[in-house]
Amino acid sequence: MQQETFTYEARGEILIIHLPKELDHHNCRNLRYETDLLLAENYVNKVIFDFSDTEFMDSSGIGVLMNRCKQMSMSGGKVAVCGAGSRVKRILTMGGVYHMVKNFDTKEAAIAD
Amino acid sequence: MEKERREEMKLEIESLSENEEFARVVIAVFLSRLDPTLEEIDDVKTAVSEAVTNAVIHGYQNGPGTIYIKAGIEGRLFTIEIQDTGAGIPDVGKAMEPMYTSDTTGERSGMGFSFMEAFMDEVEVTSALGKGTTVTMKKRIGE
Repeated sequence: MQQETFTYEARGEILIIHLPKELDHHNCRNLRYETDLLLAENYVNKVIFDFSDTEFMDSSGIGVLMNRCKQMSMSGGKVAVCGAGSRVKRILTMGGVYHMVKNFDTKEAAIAD
Repeated sequence: MEKERREEMKLEIESLSENEEFARVVIAVFLSRLDPTLEEIDDVKTAVSEAVTNAVIHGYQNGPGTIYIKAGIEGRLFTIEIQDTGAGIPDVGKAMEPMYTSDTTGERSGMGFSFMEAFMDEVEVTSALGKGTTVTMKKRIGE
């Protein structure tokens, strides 16, 4: 099985995290660790989770996303989600993520907000 | 009249987070014999992922152990049992409440059992402290 990796993209004070094809407890551990490092070392006022390539997700992803929301809101920042397909949208809806996070169809729209 | 299909499979895996993906992929292939929709496959994959993750994190506390998976097909009914012989759950009713988690890092959503219940028709959990937990789930496919 291939190692799923995350790609991080910086746009000024915005951190865009491109999520892999499958997001579960196993690879959420790396996501958490790497994101925390980036947030500790850089000034970031918006985190965008890009789900464009993601086909599978379970509740582990919800936990990580919600905790990043709490972190960002404590520092006055924002979290957004973009590119979610129907499956990911269903999981995010069930997990109550859209109560705390804005959804955008494209990365550009999420950046512009 | 078409004879009712009846099949069973067993899988034993080590309690490693890498095996969460392995388990759900194997089960998805087994399930494909019932000619499920993509949505049904995703529902079962998510439920399996949740139960195996529980065994890894809670049952074996991220340590060594074996996870026993049994799946069966009876006509259109798909059944899966995921068992660990680890820590066990002190209060199953409480563990199944949405948002409840025994995790203290804030990284776990506590939605595992809620997702299993949302994606499967039936979810039954039996657990004994120090002896382990068994999650049995059922779903009718294509009905």
